[in-house]
Amino acid sequence: MTNIKHGTIVKVSGPLIVAKGMEDANIYDVVKVSEHKLIGEIIEMRGDKASIQVYEDTSGIGPGEPVYLEGHSLSVELGPGLLTNFYDGIQRPLRLLEEAAGPFITRGISVPGLDRAKKWKFEPIVKNGDKVEEGDIIGTVQETSLVVHKIMVPPGISGTINNIKAGEFTIEEIVAEVGGKKICMLQIWPIRAPRPTKNKLAPREPMITGQRVIDTFFPVVQGGTACVPGPFGAGKTVVQHQLAKWSDTEIVIFIGCGERGNEMTDVLLEFPELEDPKTGKPLMERTVLIANTSNMPVAAREASIYTGITIAEYFRDMGYRVALMADSTSRWAEALREISGRLGEMPGEEGYPAYLGSKTAAFYERAGKVKCLGSESREGALTVVGAVSPPGGDLSEPVTQNTLRVAKVFWGLDDKLAFKRHFPAINWLNSYSLYENDVLDYMRREAGEDWPEIRNEAMNLLQEEARLEEIVRLVGVDALSAREQLVLNTTKSLREDFLHQNAFDDEDTYTSLKKQYYILRSIITFHKEAKRALDREIKLNDLVNLPIKTEVIKCKWLKDNSLYEELIDNVKSEIRKLYG
Amino acid sequence: MQKEYKTIKEVAGPLMIVDKVRDVKYEEIVEIELPNGEIRLGRVLEVDEEKAVVQMFEESRGINLKKSKAKFLGKTMTIAVSPDMLGRIFTGAGRVKDGGPDIIAEKEVDINGAPINPYSRDFPNDFIQTGISSIDGMNILVRGQKLPIFSGAGLPHSEVAAQIARQARVKDDSDSEFAVVFGAMGITFEEAEYFINQFKETGAIERSVLYMNLANDPVVERITLPRMALTTAEYLAFEKDMHVLVILTDLTNYCEALREVSAARKEIPGRRGYPGYLYTDLSTLYERAGRIKGKKGSITQIPVLTMPEDDKTHPIPDLTGYITEGQIILSRELHRRGIYPPVDVLPSLSRLAQKVWGKKTREDHGDLANQLFSAYARGKEAKELAVILGEAALSDADKKYSHFADEFENTYIRQGIAENRELEKDTLDRAWKLLTILPREELKRLKEKQIEKYLPKSK
Repeated sequence: MTNIKHGTIVKVSGPLIVAKGMEDANIYDVVKVSEHKLIGEIIEMRGDKASIQVYEDTSGIGPGEPVYLEGHSLSVELGPGLLTNFYDGIQRPLRLLEEAAGPFITRGISVPGLDRAKKWKFEPIVKNGDKVEEGDIIGTVQETSLVVHKIMVPPGISGTINNIKAGEFTIEEIVAEVGGKKICMLQIWPIRAPRPTKNKLAPREPMITGQRVIDTFFPVVQGGTACVPGPFGAGKTVVQHQLAKWSDTEIVIFIGCGERGNEMTDVLLEFPELEDPKTGKPLMERTVLIANTSNMPVAAREASIYTGITIAEYFRDMGYRVALMADSTSRWAEALREISGRLGEMPGEEGYPAYLGSKTAAFYERAGKVKCLGSESREGALTVVGAVSPPGGDLSEPVTQNTLRVAKVFWGLDDKLAFKRHFPAINWLNSYSLYENDVLDYMRREAGEDWPEIRNEAMNLLQEEARLEEIVRLVGVDALSAREQLVLNTTKSLREDFLHQNAFDDEDTYTSLKKQYYILRSIITFHKEAKRALDREIKLNDLVNLPIKTEVIKCKWLKDNSLYEELIDNVKSEIRKLYG
Repeated sequence: MQKEYKTIKEVAGPLMIVDKVRDVKYEEIVEIELPNGEIRLGRVLEVDEEKAVVQMFEESRGINLKKSKAKFLGKTMTIAVSPDMLGRIFTGAGRVKDGGPDIIAEKEVDINGAPINPYSRDFPNDFIQTGISSIDGMNILVRGQKLPIFSGAGLPHSEVAAQIARQARVKDDSDSEFAVVFGAMGITFEEAEYFINQFKETGAIERSVLYMNLANDPVVERITLPRMALTTAEYLAFEKDMHVLVILTDLTNYCEALREVSAARKEIPGRRGYPGYLYTDLSTLYERAGRIKGKKGSITQIPVLTMPEDDKTHPIPDLTGYITEGQIILSRELHRRGIYPPVDVLPSLSRLAQKVWGKKTREDHGDLANQLFSAYARGKEAKELAVILGEAALSDADKKYSHFADEFENTYIRQGIAENRELEKDTLDRAWKLLTILPREELKRLKEKQIEKYLPKSK
């Protein structure tokens, strides 16, 4: 212990500690505070004094106690063993914390992020004498039944392979030498520095989520960014959970940032039970959970989203499509505000620090579709979906506004829809997706040739509904023409049978893209045919009371996609029968 | 080796600065001895090499800068817990208030508690029947949940809270006892008396622990009070295997006390002058609800708060709603029309309902509740329309919905203050009877099988 350099505490104020004698430390270095060895990070240096944010409870700490320098910045451990794990904000496995301290989290517990004793079966894919560069894959480990973990040459290393071994190894054992440097399966990476890539690519391919309102109207792309702002009770968390469950990505990182403890427990209990729709394997096998609930130390909450995105980038570097959900970025911003306030910084809007905007932008910018490091040209994608919790549902507040500036998709949740139990309560009138046109080629190919027309028709009807509703409110529904009443009839069906989706119904919770197309086409076909019939003097009531209308309304329950063509044909013939 | 300091430099509101201190720790407890020998408590909020900033837990009146002494106790705030606390009344500083003997400690526990490891939590999955239809039927209370009541000045939240405390029972409760921990912060003497009498009348007092801070008691005690109440609850739940219902009223007074301390420290305020850490602070209270794997007991919280000007976007209800698992909102409009309990079901929500509907309750419960929500919402819209255009302008369907909304309020929401409705036989069947008002094809949220089985046939 004597050879470790240390400073001395001079001030304690909640999670912020000031220590003197710290001239050897670097800014953003990790320190251990007092004999309890609480983990902290230096966030400001003045002369020999350092301001430290402490990731654990600081009660009982006082001036005069030592601060030990660790000599590196806050980092995560990357390697086999990440998947299925459940971490706190600074990558401590919560299961190990329980083993060490029981059901309540006490402080000063130091546990490694990855299991040191577990042996993994390493299968090399390169030979001795091969030339490799940074990012090249030298071998694989079957980490879970769903995911092959690729062992990559760490950034900054290249050369000739030597002494490569096959067999069972722990993450710290040497599996190869590259250019004379020893390589093990464990990589350590500072959380505040983005992992390097060759270059960024423009994302074009949609991330299919099985959520009808999202895939059809406001799609997000693989490598894109989206935000979900909404007042409490509007269903942010359910939307995030649905994306984590059903999005067609290979890896999911879910960060519970300053949210409810029970929600994280729910995810933890539910994910192992849920099956991946494609492989039938438990979804947990492709998932990493990070939980820093609202009552856990506030500084670790600030770190949690960086811990999460660094792990996400690591999997992206392997060439995987990764989705990261952060629930909620507002709590992260509040943690920033709290620390900033204690530092005595001059506040910007609503007490938030002036650098809130730049930090938010820098976080979302770590998303993207990239060409990974390495000689083979791998492509990986990291999609970021951030929930925002605006106070009082007021979207003009700083966190929402700063997020909207960088996120390309906006799913605006509406509490009025939530009161009517219309879920997902994404308001179709004010939400948007800037990727709408980017995905059209894909949609024409995968969903149906006339996808853009049908989608736009549906959207236009919904917009028209909003206008008509105002008229109805003023002068009553009878003032509308038959054609306008037909619009209301169709949009009712669009809302209730298409946009409304029950996340808790086994059947309804996920709808494939093809099926979304068919449901929408059935509704729109009915509308078009009915409109034509109205022009031929057929009464609206005769149209909407046709038995085939009921079939259209219930068409989302059809089991087989082949049944839709028949339904659509029937719609045409049944309506045309009326005017012969 | 406790040192006494006579270097109190400053007392301003709830804060005190002690100079030239050594070896003082953050969060350490301070005893202040007044010239007349009286002892007051405080805790260290901030400490550097020269001075300690102390927040008083009790009022600062009577402190003399020269003659008072500050003693740092070298430990954080603890309370003595024991099963003997049941049936007793305490102050916000943890002192006995009912004139009885002091509690003989089974152990001393830190009142700040420690966060429950999310990995160790067990998911709340069994409900508590409150006997109130608007709660049981549509926003069911789950064991281990935190479900606040959002109220306003003059609304009967005390009656509703007391009715819940009286009627609450767990269905299959054979091996665990039920207990109530009641924390009153800044409420009036009459309100406090109302609760105490309710507890006494029903004999519930025997299995209750009461912490009382009345409107004229020291404001700063309101900051420690909920922590003591919850520490007691944790002890009863996780060490004595009891199902504990914690009722905290009124959280608005707690937050105001917090704002007072924050303002005295000259901290940069967040919204409406409340400190920026209000969310974090509230979460350290609310998140102490829950269940733990391998433990029989549970903590269910019902915090009551009055919304200033009935404004749900005020920081206190707003931040609360972001932490708690739903909310029960009381409506002034229903109250004015004489409907008790005036639960506004549309904006009310129980986030955990999905976990028990149809799983621990009858299979039609979830769909039935959703059907009621959407039908009542449509009915209210129709009624609004009728106000503008007149009843005659409504379509036939809208007329039925409007009639449904009236009946729903009068027979489903409205019930007696002592009326304890059984969930299946009363609350759910009552709802099915109401649905006969609507055309059958409008019942879109219900499955055909359920309609066949439960919808009353005659009509």
